[in-house]
Amino acid sequence: MENLETLVSPIVTSALTEVESAANAADLDQVRVRFLGKKGELTQLLKGLGKLSPEERPKAGGFINEAKQQVQAALNVKREGLEKAALEARLASETIDVTLSGRSQDLGTVHPITRTMERITDYFGNIGFEVAQGPEIEDDYHNFEALNIPGHHPARAMHDTFYFNDASYEGNRVLRTHTSPVQVRVMEALSKAGEKPPIAIVCPGKVYRCDSDQTHSPMFHQVEGLYVAEKVSFADLKSVLSDFLRVFFERDDLQVRFRPSYFPFTEPSAEVDIEWGRNEDGSIKWLEVLGCGMVHPKVFEYSGIDTSKYTGFAFGLGVERFAMLRYGVNDLRQFFDNDLRFLSQFN
Amino acid sequence: MKFSEQWLRQWVALEADTQELVHKITMAGLEVDDVDPVAGEFSGVVVGEIVACEQHPDADKLRVTRVSVGSEEFQVVCGAPNARVGIRVPFATVGAQLSLKEGPGNFKIKKAKLRGVESFGMLCAEEELGMAESSDGLMELPGDAVVGQDIREYLNLDDKIIDVDLTPNRGDCLSIAGLAREVSANFLADVSEIQVEPVAPALDDTFKVSVESKEGAPRFLTRVLKDVDVTKATPLWMVERLRRSGIRSIDPVVDVTAYVMLELGQPMHGYDLDTLNGSLIVRMAKAEEKLVLLDGQEVSMNAETLVIADEKHALGIAGVMGGEGSGVSQTTRNVLLEAAFFDPIVIAGKARSYGLHTDASHRFERGVDFQLQRKAIERATALILEICGGQPGPVSEVMSEEHLPALSTVTLRAEKVASLLGITIENDLIEALLTRLGLEMSATAEGEWTVSVPSWRFDISIEEDLIEELGRIYGYERLPETIPTALLKLKQVDEDKVKESDIRRVLVGRGYQEAVSFSFIDPKLHQLFDPRHEPVALANPIASDLSVMRTTLLPGLVKTVSYNLNRQQSRVRLFETGQTFVREGESLRQENQIAAVITGSRYPESWALKAEPVDFFDLKGDLEALLELGGAAGDFRFEKGSHDAMHPGQCAAIVRSEGIRDGKVMGHVGALHPNLAKELGLDGAVLMFEASLEAISQGHVTEFTPLSKFPEVRRDLALIVKQDVAADSLNQVIREEASELLKDVRIFDVYAGKGIEEGYKSLALGLTLQHASRTLKDEEVNQLIDSIVSRLESEFGASLRS
Repeated sequence: MENLETLVSPIVTSALTEVESAANAADLDQVRVRFLGKKGELTQLLKGLGKLSPEERPKAGGFINEAKQQVQAALNVKREGLEKAALEARLASETIDVTLSGRSQDLGTVHPITRTMERITDYFGNIGFEVAQGPEIEDDYHNFEALNIPGHHPARAMHDTFYFNDASYEGNRVLRTHTSPVQVRVMEALSKAGEKPPIAIVCPGKVYRCDSDQTHSPMFHQVEGLYVAEKVSFADLKSVLSDFLRVFFERDDLQVRFRPSYFPFTEPSAEVDIEWGRNEDGSIKWLEVLGCGMVHPKVFEYSGIDTSKYTGFAFGLGVERFAMLRYGVNDLRQFFDNDLRFLSQFN
Repeated sequence: MKFSEQWLRQWVALEADTQELVHKITMAGLEVDDVDPVAGEFSGVVVGEIVACEQHPDADKLRVTRVSVGSEEFQVVCGAPNARVGIRVPFATVGAQLSLKEGPGNFKIKKAKLRGVESFGMLCAEEELGMAESSDGLMELPGDAVVGQDIREYLNLDDKIIDVDLTPNRGDCLSIAGLAREVSANFLADVSEIQVEPVAPALDDTFKVSVESKEGAPRFLTRVLKDVDVTKATPLWMVERLRRSGIRSIDPVVDVTAYVMLELGQPMHGYDLDTLNGSLIVRMAKAEEKLVLLDGQEVSMNAETLVIADEKHALGIAGVMGGEGSGVSQTTRNVLLEAAFFDPIVIAGKARSYGLHTDASHRFERGVDFQLQRKAIERATALILEICGGQPGPVSEVMSEEHLPALSTVTLRAEKVASLLGITIENDLIEALLTRLGLEMSATAEGEWTVSVPSWRFDISIEEDLIEELGRIYGYERLPETIPTALLKLKQVDEDKVKESDIRRVLVGRGYQEAVSFSFIDPKLHQLFDPRHEPVALANPIASDLSVMRTTLLPGLVKTVSYNLNRQQSRVRLFETGQTFVREGESLRQENQIAAVITGSRYPESWALKAEPVDFFDLKGDLEALLELGGAAGDFRFEKGSHDAMHPGQCAAIVRSEGIRDGKVMGHVGALHPNLAKELGLDGAVLMFEASLEAISQGHVTEFTPLSKFPEVRRDLALIVKQDVAADSLNQVIREEASELLKDVRIFDVYAGKGIEEGYKSLALGLTLQHASRTLKDEEVNQLIDSIVSRLESEFGASLRS
């Protein structure tokens, strides 16, 4: 037995030394094989137990196994240490400059006019208004007649209309001067289908006036709104539009005023001003932002809506003006130049 | 309409100050655009009389004058050409404060030396007092101007010009009388109308009038005035009132007619009686009848134009403008005054059709009170006689009752007022407010009235019109706000329709900016992009390069690309949606399209990405993403296509094989044709697509396929085919042959060049196969691949690459 001890002890010592000095996982594995592998020194000793007497075997076996465990434990500790160091080295080598920009397309932008129209139609969508659209080359009937603007009407002069002198297709065509013809088309379609109000629509789109200078573009955008139901009153109109303006400009305290005006297709009619800054004397500077009114009975008659049962309100607003106010754009014409330096600001 | 605030206040006595007056009328629907002082802000200017005037010893253009202010005389050096002894002029004394719009602004008059001669003050022109934009000499005051009186006081300059922007329905407010009526209703103040007494005729002279167009001129009044001295000066108060309304004084007769128009609202005309031939005839113009107007312009009239003529020729366009030669001039002695009611419908649009807009046409188009003519002609007669002297004849009237507008009545119900305005207004108040506006109310029941509409209101014919009047005068500001209640009824939203906003967001996510361009374009540009379609042309374009309606969005977008390239941008990615206008035989197709254009590098400049120019497949990839959005990508296919603006070898037609417009081309994608690029000065590849927005938006609702538990098998094929074989046609065959076993087929390599015969290309295809209910056997996969290969061989001459 003394023999065995003197035999094992130096093996263990040398194994522990080699474990300690292993520089990497491969070295360590070699050490493991040399001492604990199938043909390892300690394994060989274990195999030699057969030569001992049955009485001596358990004790000797226990002794060698203890030595093996001692080496194995050292191996494990060393392996963990090496793995940790390796990971740290890897992490260090993989470190990048995270401040460099990412790899992708830059995000583009939706045009501010579209963006504004989407916001407006979304607000009205939230209270049940549907989006309706119509043709931009309209006939005289839908653009004027059916809106109570007969041929001789002075209001036509306010509309600087673009005409087509081409007689090759049906109808007296004009470029629509407002989005109001869409409401006529919607009401007509409803009556034709034998259906009844309520109608709640918003009609965003391009409109055209034969006028071009710093503050007028020959093409611009409007959103028209129409609400027809039983017992709709001017008080409803005031409430919906005041709300809309406050929501659009995100200002609960926005001052809004309704001022009598005139449109052939509404009666009573109003223009709506909002507070936009103050004068030197502290009084409110008013800025006109939209036109509205109660739908004129003649308009209902043209479109086949029962005027004894239904009333309604309509409004129209210029999208460019809303976009200019909202984003501080100072030149109307920039909307149509499509300069990337302009467009890219709207995200 | 511009008017003097003082003048209005003479008609209605008000306690309210200017600001309140302006606010109130604005809030009653008479929107005030501007309030301006009638003169500059000056002080220390008095009436002076030039009592001596001599040539300056050392300056040709200067005069040395002595100016009297009554108590004292001053030496003043003056450069005005009209400086002369005896005239009375505004005199800015030493210490006077002037303010000029141009030049020095505010300044103080000091003692000065001009070319060696001392000058104590300054003689003023209208311009220097802020009473005119320009003037060509001293302002000459009437001979009875009180020497020494402060000029502000003498000319009543502490007044404001109020400019009110009237809506076209309120022709009745185009006069002081009409405005006074409005103000009276708004402030519940009384109007003190001027009393117009008939002027007794001193002569029997009349002038024959025949009205042929009774519809056009249902009432036509004339009056002969003889021995009128038109060389007399119009009184200063009248000149000033006219000036404050923006009308320049011409001669007393013209001034009086203008004055009566401003005061009462009746446009009038004065003829030189001695130039008239035979009689006056009110008739429609003959076709192409010529007339030289007062402004010197010759017009050729159409047969829809109402004219006033004598027996030889037309004298003027009724209700618009008189002609040259028949009006009152400096030599006129005898005058024929005219005051007529012309039908608004007959006058409407006439002035505009001749490029004119006059004070008269403005009023007649909107409607002039058809009971006002007699009062106006009496008022004008009295004023002319007062200024110029003369003898009046009797008033002659030609009238056709049946063609005059009917005096109408409208029923008003308090109940309707409440339901439309959303507020109950007391019956007494309803009566009080409307009565002030000149509406006669007679109650027919409790809360119900018959309302007589006065002859000056052309805008009241239905109950709603009365309710508007009421709301307006009561004050919109005082009307309540109530949140409407509506039924909570859900609306159908089609899930298979892709929202336009989603389409936009996908493109934005891929680096595109949205553009909005004009719908009208340059016909030359149109010709370059779409020569096969004759565009719809505007009759009255704003400019020749904005004169035809676009049939495609591409010209506008490509032009925008070049606009940006010219502004130091090198990478442009734009898209647009909008209507296009395509003539199809007798009809017009207006369709919403979507288009995109890219040029420059594939990616934004970056340390991490290669700087490569875009090509066809970049844009096609973005387009495919849009097609996938609705889950209907499989319904579309790309075929070799042709488009006039696109490179013939790099152009695909987008065909929708299922759903809307089955089998039809929905759009094109391709490279800008090199010739076109050259024409437009564009270097580098420009890729573009345009497609029907409706076709792209129409998708499918997803139908779920159960997941197969069985393994997928991947087989790759390397095929050699002729260059002109379309890759997608191979895919097509594979799809047919493998049918439901095929999960996916992708082309993962395309190669031509070394190792491949000239004119051929090698395609590598990856097929993914899977059976829904069992594991595929090797043999059956092999068999399938064999049959695919043999079909490809026979149909496309494809061979397996060894």
